[in-house]
Amino acid sequence: MSDALVWSILIPLLGAILTFWLNSRWVAAIGLAFSLATGSLALRVAYAIWRDGAVLHEIGGWGAPLGIDLYADGLSAFMLATNGLVGLLISAAAYLYFEPKEDGPRQGQERRAFWPLWLFLWGALNLAYVSSDAFNLYVAVELIGLAGVALIVVTGGRDGMVAAMRYLLAALLGSLGYLLGVAMLYGEFHTLDLRLMAELSAEAESSLVLWVALALISVGLMVKTALFPLHFWLPPAHSSAAAPVSAVLSALVVKATFYLLLRLWFGVFSDQMTVSFGQLFGVLATLAIIGGSVQAILQRRLKIMVAYSTVAHIGYLFLILPLTIPYRGNDTAAWNFDGFSGGMYHLLSHALAKSAMFLAAGIVILSMGNDRLRNLRGMAHQLPLTTFAFGLAGVSLMGLPPSGGFVAKWFMVNAAIESSQWWWVIVLLAGGLLTAVYVFLVLRYAFLPAHPPHFRAPPRRLEYVALTLAVLSLAIGFRAVEAFELLEAGTPFLTAPDGGDGS
Amino acid sequence: MPLTSEIVFALTAVIVFCLGLYGLIAYAHLVRKIMAINVMGSAVFLFFGAIARRNFEEGSDPVPQAMVITGIVVAVAATAFALTLARRLHAETGQTQLPEEQSRR
Repeated sequence: MSDALVWSILIPLLGAILTFWLNSRWVAAIGLAFSLATGSLALRVAYAIWRDGAVLHEIGGWGAPLGIDLYADGLSAFMLATNGLVGLLISAAAYLYFEPKEDGPRQGQERRAFWPLWLFLWGALNLAYVSSDAFNLYVAVELIGLAGVALIVVTGGRDGMVAAMRYLLAALLGSLGYLLGVAMLYGEFHTLDLRLMAELSAEAESSLVLWVALALISVGLMVKTALFPLHFWLPPAHSSAAAPVSAVLSALVVKATFYLLLRLWFGVFSDQMTVSFGQLFGVLATLAIIGGSVQAILQRRLKIMVAYSTVAHIGYLFLILPLTIPYRGNDTAAWNFDGFSGGMYHLLSHALAKSAMFLAAGIVILSMGNDRLRNLRGMAHQLPLTTFAFGLAGVSLMGLPPSGGFVAKWFMVNAAIESSQWWWVIVLLAGGLLTAVYVFLVLRYAFLPAHPPHFRAPPRRLEYVALTLAVLSLAIGFRAVEAFELLEAGTPFLTAPDGGDGS
Repeated sequence: MPLTSEIVFALTAVIVFCLGLYGLIAYAHLVRKIMAINVMGSAVFLFFGAIARRNFEEGSDPVPQAMVITGIVVAVAATAFALTLARRLHAETGQTQLPEEQSRR
């Protein structure tokens, strides 16, 4: 079973190399085949972990501290499964979106560049979720950044190039901050293995070096996760790329560094997780939710609006911190699990809903020529399926029942009330209202009667993919038990020495 | 704390890192920004060197050195990519700066 962890990294990388070298018209088909293999393998690994518990693989049989360990627990499996599910559907969408048409050489160039880079990115994401080595994670994070930037460059045109340059500089700065923090951690603990580090830090006394490392790693990864006020690079980067790329970046890429932050915060730095640290990130999250939503409302183009919505919803993820760190008393042993699971469930439902929204925006551009809001008149009549998909995804983002977003918000509100932090309840509800404003702004234009002048029917199957993603973001509101069980099957808090079975 | 050579190296690394960060923020030209990132990277590698020396009484710890080698490979790849992107940006738009920093040098 533990070999599957290795294959979940090797298969997409192999696919990336093959699709890069094979300069043929079969590139898209081969890419899709490898995506299918990668996605289904990730889902299988997640299922096995849900059934049997965490998996440990010692690469080359060396084992930590000398070798590099791959370790997947419930949290890793949750991220792998999110990636697998959303990645499969986005791959299908990309296959249809970059379909060879009469569009000429540019379309062909995009198609040839997309598949190797996307598989490369997927492999790096999987590596980030299963690696247990701090330096190995640096390499994964850097690969994710480079592949993401390259995807924007090849599909985004001139605006995309400027946005990609800004993104690249921010990403390199972020990963260097992380790397310097890792160097300090190595100096402190003499190991790079996250699980060993967590054990050692539980015994060690809190020192200045640990706080400096915490600050460097937190700020570095916050830049890459685009937490307000370090989100400056995100909206132009995510909105200028082609729709499937935007979906990948918004739904999956920003979450990888967030996952890494969770691992380090609750594993290695669990002693530093004080109430004031949690409240600080709660304030940043609030600023992200309010600021991102207001910016989204002010936009006049669909894609950049959806991108600003991502800034706001990254804020929800960071509410995990104040909700999980117990507010009353200072007993760090009693983490509030509701807040954590709710936040992670928000991650899943946002990944599904946001990729549906970006695909819907891409369909609008394909069929109507541009995405200015006032040009959306007649959309509901001409593109009923796409409008429906956008609306359903909006319901999930708002957190209305029955949807994945509702379950997530319900658990987060519960956690806030249990720990008597009523102010986060206001933030959660206000965020939902603001989301409703920009979703209805789009729907209002969409339902105005008009005949778009240059309407071209989009591929019908592409509309179905967007609709599937939107329906899934709603459907996960009906059954959340398995996902929550998975999150409990080894969380960052339970980094016990006997966590792995050493198979 | 005695001022051993490792501490001097580590402090130098921190100062160089801050200089690089200053360069990244203060200069608008993209090539300068990319160079500033490289300066920051070198600082991190120097810090790893100091750590390697500190962990061992005699000789030095090979693990940070292995990380530096891998780190240099990653930095070279990232720099090559960034320079290519900057060149293409210049070819397409005629600019060597990001639009929001147009008024600065």
